[in-house]
Amino acid sequence: MADPVRSPGGPAATPPGGTTAEGAPATNRGPGRLLIAVYLLFAIAATSRAGLQIATRLAEAPVAYLLSGLAAVIYIVAAVGLARAGTGGRRTALVCCLVELVGVLGVGALSLARPALFPDETVWSEFGSGYGYIPLVLPVLGLAWLWRTRDRAV
Amino acid sequence: MTSPAATGSPVDGVLATVTIVLSLVLAGWALVATLRHRPPDRVQFVGLAVLEVGLLALTVVALVALGGGERPGEPGAFFGYVATLVCLPPLAAVLARMEPTRWGSAIVCAICLVTPVVVVRLQQTWEFVGTGGTGG
Repeated sequence: MADPVRSPGGPAATPPGGTTAEGAPATNRGPGRLLIAVYLLFAIAATSRAGLQIATRLAEAPVAYLLSGLAAVIYIVAAVGLARAGTGGRRTALVCCLVELVGVLGVGALSLARPALFPDETVWSEFGSGYGYIPLVLPVLGLAWLWRTRDRAV
Repeated sequence: MTSPAATGSPVDGVLATVTIVLSLVLAGWALVATLRHRPPDRVQFVGLAVLEVGLLALTVVALVALGGGERPGEPGAFFGYVATLVCLPPLAAVLARMEPTRWGSAIVCAICLVTPVVVVRLQQTWEFVGTGGTGG
């Protein structure tokens, strides 16, 4: 369905079916698909882990587990937003990336300043160090990608 | 490493090593394809399929060990990693097929770099209890 000849990053490579204005590739093309892959990865990882923790031992560390659950939901919604592209999808992805950024910075700082609040790790603890700091980089990449594919006609 | 069971970890053996090596080789191949602006080729898809078979075998070994009464050190994290692990190659394959550009190869490369990390984390979550769990 895509044509492999044209590079999606090129200035004149408006993808077929793309929903943004001329020049910018849609969020679900090219590098965007790689971003979606990483988001899906984190969605799966966070959902499977948080889901089990919430289901089996929520009382042990409710804040940590519910936060992990929230992170999981946000990763899923962000991936869907990026994959859907379009105005609504972009807005969804934008909100998710901002929440993620605030979340990873806030929880990261809190987990260092007040470790007692988090008896068990969350995805965002210590700025995502348990996940190779990817939780910290991901929202930044997401915002950068949204910026790069922004609708220039507006 | 005072493992409670003398047999050691079921997810730490030849099979795990094979999946790690295969995944890294595949990541290297996909990286070359990415740098050469090539879409994912047959080698990548076949490699992902073989990798998935290896990971499923690893999962079965772990489940058999669980059936035999062995417990992972961190059950929550362990099952999270198992579930994630078996999803990785199919995720890469589906997305790579949707993206027949260099970025498809980049997806395969990224996922194949993550897979060994998850395998190693899986081994750590199994063995954690031996290094001093906190208990209830």
